[in-house]
Amino acid sequence: MFRRERSIPLRGSAAALCNNLSVLQLPVRNLTHFGVVHGPSAQLLSAAPEGVPLAQRQLQAKEGAGVSPPLITQVHWCVLPFRVLLVLTSHRGIQMYESDGSVMVYWHALDAGDASLVQAVFARGIAASGHFICVGMWSGRVLVFDIPAKGSNIVLSEELAGHQTPVTDIATEPAQGQDCIADVVTADDSGLLCVWRSGPEFKLLTRIPGFGVPCPSVQLWQGTIAAGYGNGQVRLYEASTGTLHVQIDAHARAICALDLAPEVGKLLSAAEDTFVHIWKLSRSPEGGYVEVEHCHGECVPDTQVCGARFCDPSGSSFAVTGYDLAEILRFSSM
Amino acid sequence: MSVRTLPLLFLNLGGEMLYILDQRLRAQNIPGDKARKVLNDIISTMFNRKFMEELFKPQELYSKKALRTVYDRLAHASIMRLNQASMDKDVLLVTFNHLDAIKGFIQDSPTILHQVDETFQQLTETYGGLSAGEFQLIRQTLLIFFQDLHIRVSIFLKDKVQNSNGRFVLPVSGPLPWGTKVPGLIRTFNNKGEEVRKAEFKHGGSYVAAPKEGSFELYGDRVLKLGTNMYSVNRPVETHMSGASENLAAQTQESIAPNPLAKEELNLLARLIGGMEIKKPSGPEPGFRLNLFTTDEEEEQAALTRPEELSYEVINIQAAQDQQTNEELARIMGEFEILDQPRRSASKGDDLLAMMDEL
Repeated sequence: MFRRERSIPLRGSAAALCNNLSVLQLPVRNLTHFGVVHGPSAQLLSAAPEGVPLAQRQLQAKEGAGVSPPLITQVHWCVLPFRVLLVLTSHRGIQMYESDGSVMVYWHALDAGDASLVQAVFARGIAASGHFICVGMWSGRVLVFDIPAKGSNIVLSEELAGHQTPVTDIATEPAQGQDCIADVVTADDSGLLCVWRSGPEFKLLTRIPGFGVPCPSVQLWQGTIAAGYGNGQVRLYEASTGTLHVQIDAHARAICALDLAPEVGKLLSAAEDTFVHIWKLSRSPEGGYVEVEHCHGECVPDTQVCGARFCDPSGSSFAVTGYDLAEILRFSSM
Repeated sequence: MSVRTLPLLFLNLGGEMLYILDQRLRAQNIPGDKARKVLNDIISTMFNRKFMEELFKPQELYSKKALRTVYDRLAHASIMRLNQASMDKDVLLVTFNHLDAIKGFIQDSPTILHQVDETFQQLTETYGGLSAGEFQLIRQTLLIFFQDLHIRVSIFLKDKVQNSNGRFVLPVSGPLPWGTKVPGLIRTFNNKGEEVRKAEFKHGGSYVAAPKEGSFELYGDRVLKLGTNMYSVNRPVETHMSGASENLAAQTQESIAPNPLAKEELNLLARLIGGMEIKKPSGPEPGFRLNLFTTDEEEEQAALTRPEELSYEVINIQAAQDQQTNEELARIMGEFEILDQPRRSASKGDDLLAMMDEL
């Protein structure tokens, strides 16, 4: 059972984007950082354990030219071996900051290239893999940036070609050893998933085709891909082979966010149907393939959820954002 | 964001404006032929071919300011419930619902009907081939437009689709979008793809599968209710003969929040109707006066009980030719470059923003 905790007020309401909540847990400092996109700005705030807000900062999308200010598509903390960077993607480019958002260390402008007049140009989908940061694009390309241990000498290392439609989300996990070398998954608007092995040169291992609906959110846990789809389904695949192992009719509307508590194998799914569900993933003793059990469902009344994250490594608390809601809702288990 | 959003925004909001206009005309018992003329002219202007061509060009959504004076009061009509219509083409079906109803208003007028049908074609061409992902982007762009507007609309509050804090009710029951299964099933497969386990979980809602897919043809059952007329005839209508002044005050109180733009809305109506030509100006035909209340007494009473800060004048909308309003409309029409109304020479190709501002 979960109970509602004190909400954290936001300066600006949350935009109706997918994956619109990023959480950086800092248990050593007894702090949690939250990041939410409002529109042309994103809000970062840090809170103490009881949800008491301590500090907040607003970041703007860079390069405002045109009829309206550029919109941010996603804000996400990337935890790398020696540092944490905050990445912000927009319709103009990619901004990278030190983790508190105080200093911008890198700016990459998007090249509209051969985008037709009717295509929207933007970056979306952010994840850290080792000392790389991967960022997806409207074209389907994924940019891989090599991040030094400190300083701003960030270099675009590679551009991955695997998708033909806009990238929606990227998931990564530390490589699981010889048996499973897949450590990066990218997803797009057509529902296609690409599975990669990271390295100085990324290698495409397998592709898992879509079925006519977008895949807005994806996670990777011990060689298992968890993908949330626009028709409310969550599907679990074996990353190395692409085999479908579990199909859950989980939600009544499009899924907008997935999150993982990797230490305990808990998966969180949130959708526009106002529900948040928590699932337990495990490996079956016989076949060794993944199994799922439903743990808990929470209804956030009259809220079109757009972001959801666990707030602690054991998955015993989570936070939720909703479209047009100017607060972060918090829940913790009793 | 998506550069294909403006036509959907304009047509759906315009459709809602027409529902309200139609309701007002009926509630005031405006004579049928006059009411029809009003709607015909407005719809004819809305669906003007040149204007539609401009509208359908890929472009960014304008800020709220540009559309504010006309549409803000109507903003929370069914478009805000797009959050219910999450599967790809539901947005298009909602738009078709609006167009179907608009065609009902002008069924005696084949020329205007043709204009609307052409727009229908253009909608199908522009949006028929878009993917679910592109529709999701359009939805997100539309939702940006409505973000942070918390206008309460009395018919929504009455119908309990909106809470008193302005937030919309999202029911956890009812029909699902086409293509979404009822939540509750977990299926597990082995390496060979055979189902090895089937389990159920309690999802918390009470949903049923959609009975069938909505039609995207020129005529057809859209299935979806969003975009249909909330003010249609067999519903109890707001303007009833109550007579009690407390009742009236209560009604005024309730509608204080969304009212600031009502005057702008009526100004638009005045401008659009004012330019109408009465073909046979014989006899004393002064046009009609559109009230917000049922009787003149109620009008006066409302004026008395209305708080100072919201004082306003009754706007008389003349159906007969009126020099001032005629000029206003002529200027707007001129910018549309309608060749069959040579009132004055029009400046060529003002951009859409200027046109919208004029509206």
